[in-house]
Amino acid sequence: MSLAPRVFPQPYPAGRALHAAAAALKAEWTKFRTVTEPFWLLAGVVALTVAIGAAAGSAARCSSASCGLDPATVSFTGVYPAQAVAAVVGVLAVGNEYSTGMIKLSLTAMPRRLTWLFAKAAVVTAPVLAASALAVAGAALAGRLILPGHGFTPAHGYPSLTTGTDLRAAVGTVLYLTLIALLSLGVAAAVRNSAAAIGLVLGVLYLFPITAAVVSNPTIARHLDQIGPLPAGLDAQATTGINTLPLTPWQGLGVVALWTAGALLLGALALKFRDA
Amino acid sequence: MTTGAVTPHRSPLTPERDSFWYLVHAEWTKFRTVRGWVIAAGVTILAITALAFPFCAISAGCAVNNGASGTASAGACPPAPPAGPGGEPVQDAFYFLHQPLTGNGTITVQLTSLTGQVAIGPGSNGQSQMGSGLQPWSKAGIIIKENMSQGSAYAAMMVTGSHGVRMQWDYVNDRPGLGKRAGEAGGVSASAPRWLRLVRDGDTITGYDSADGTHWAPVDTVTLPGLTDPKQAGTVQAGLFTAAPSNGNAATTTGVFQHIGLSWPATGWTATNVGGTGPNGVGQPGTFSQSGGVLTVTGGSGDIAPLTGGAGVISVQRALLGTFFGLIPLIVAAAMFITGEYRRGLIRVSLTAAPRRSRLLAAKAVVIAAVGFVAGVVAAALALAVGTPLLRKTGIPVWPVSLLTEARMVAGTGALLALAGVLALAIAIIVRRSAPAITTAIVVIFVPYLLTVGVGPQGGGHGSGGGGDWALKVTPVAAMAVQQALPKFYQVAAAYVVVGGYYPLAPWAGLAVECAWAAAALALAFFLLRRRDA
Repeated sequence: MSLAPRVFPQPYPAGRALHAAAAALKAEWTKFRTVTEPFWLLAGVVALTVAIGAAAGSAARCSSASCGLDPATVSFTGVYPAQAVAAVVGVLAVGNEYSTGMIKLSLTAMPRRLTWLFAKAAVVTAPVLAASALAVAGAALAGRLILPGHGFTPAHGYPSLTTGTDLRAAVGTVLYLTLIALLSLGVAAAVRNSAAAIGLVLGVLYLFPITAAVVSNPTIARHLDQIGPLPAGLDAQATTGINTLPLTPWQGLGVVALWTAGALLLGALALKFRDA
Repeated sequence: MTTGAVTPHRSPLTPERDSFWYLVHAEWTKFRTVRGWVIAAGVTILAITALAFPFCAISAGCAVNNGASGTASAGACPPAPPAGPGGEPVQDAFYFLHQPLTGNGTITVQLTSLTGQVAIGPGSNGQSQMGSGLQPWSKAGIIIKENMSQGSAYAAMMVTGSHGVRMQWDYVNDRPGLGKRAGEAGGVSASAPRWLRLVRDGDTITGYDSADGTHWAPVDTVTLPGLTDPKQAGTVQAGLFTAAPSNGNAATTTGVFQHIGLSWPATGWTATNVGGTGPNGVGQPGTFSQSGGVLTVTGGSGDIAPLTGGAGVISVQRALLGTFFGLIPLIVAAAMFITGEYRRGLIRVSLTAAPRRSRLLAAKAVVIAAVGFVAGVVAAALALAVGTPLLRKTGIPVWPVSLLTEARMVAGTGALLALAGVLALAIAIIVRRSAPAITTAIVVIFVPYLLTVGVGPQGGGHGSGGGGDWALKVTPVAAMAVQQALPKFYQVAAAYVVVGGYYPLAPWAGLAVECAWAAAALALAFFLLRRRDA
């Protein structure tokens, strides 16, 4: 007795791929907005960025023209903890699907797995981008109000704090936070466990700069600062001493984008070729 | 409505099954039967041990000249500094007016002036332009030294730039004299001179300090076994010295001596720049002039002192740099140890079996602390065992540590990981979700450290705006101090910073800070665990 090969019905014919993508986006957006957790996490990103930035600004003092401080990196100090919260948003977007078993339902409803993943990524991107913009704007405003009173004046070589370079630093920081959320989403899709994923992401973020700070060899330290997503990405924040950075600001963001692309690729491969 | 007496809870279990250790055993069974958590604990050990290899093998970027080829290449390391009597790397470069002393003897001088010069800018002919300036630890005085080779035993009485009269011996020891007059430049003048005396009796030397040359106050008596070495035949070198610690800049120190009294037949002064004028020697050769009974002695950049981390010495703590890598898997496992129960609903079963919530919490804390401690001790012991020999091969002198210090580093790493695990567990009970709990624990530990050490090749290129070392005093990462292997020396002005291997808090004080954080988090976790529904 021979078994005939089973033919699965195609829920969406080829011509309706676009329609499928739109439906997936709508479904994922509904999932995202009907849970309160992401809202509070994004509020945490804004609060941490602004509060820590204001605290760092209040602590910073520039007493001479050669104080060596960069007003943008001082204002955006809050990004150090805030990126971890942005990473949680990315991890939980996928991790919650696996921890609750929702993933089986999601993939039954949307059998095109990559469409599902990219819908997920797109739905995470928009709110993280908006929250990061709000956070960075708030931190920049706090810096604008605090720093001139702490010696960051034209006399010390800080003309206005609102030049094109400062705008680039702000935009770069917003993009950085968004890329970190997407990187986390990709890692979560690859390892399928929120706890392991967030451990991996935070390890990749924080261990590169810690290692670079303690190795005694300056060449190796510089390379670590070039390949680590955190130090490379924060090159985009710099407004002073750009010539001495290991990477130019946009190169630095490019390194982060490569990490994000790699993580999303791994996530996509795991999703496509493994059982959910 | 009657208000009868409430019957106290009486456990239906037998006393043995109701014991706390039974609960600990149950929690241990939970931990060891989850493969992921055991793997995480293993990764903690593996990360710390394996990373000792790269962290200890990375050299300072210079080629060690082992003497095999005989040709010093372009990027060759500077020659190794001398080692002191205790095996520690030292700087022993100063200007020495000496004569041999056989047997016992006494040397007495009056110091009427201590002045100094320091480089204030580039001058002509490649020489630095010098300006008047005395360093805090510029020194002039009398010294009895085993022999003329660098690193040999010595004891000295001296007047310093701004730390008054000191007695120092064998590089690492320093004791203030009675006439400490901090603040005054040099503390001596023709109208207010200082009298110094050293008395040798066999292998012991006693230093005396006096304001008038009549009333003498002993500062300390020290035993230097090197002085009676049979090879010396009882002869040591005694005389006047000056040294100008300079932190890399050119500097000189000038002392004016008179009323020089020797208890043995004088044979005339020999002037020597100890260490020569090359690497590990003095910056500029010294000079002296004599008129009547007054000797004016000027010595170039140099010091008689231990070397410090970041300035020529490497710390065996480098072998434990993987601790940060080991913390992450341990924090993940510790948080999941409780969030897993919430996710699966196992917490209800656990609390039904152990209705006293404080005991359940305590049992979990004991298990995770034990796992962290054992992982830390095993990993640190292995890392030190493999890392220390590798460090010795880098060509950078390694500061020798006692067995007791190594034991403190190993046990301290275990305690550091145990407390980090308890902190993560407590945070996980507070927030109940694994990803936010792990993130909170990692951010609380890692971010303050990052803001302290600064990011980028300039160290602070992306820093917090000169945040200082507050993080290493008040946040959980203060516990890293327990791994410090280098002693700080009051008598050496150096940058005692974290990248050099120094922490602002004492080892156990740092650990106590992390302990306070873990205890506070545990108290809040206990409060919430009792108050909330599971």
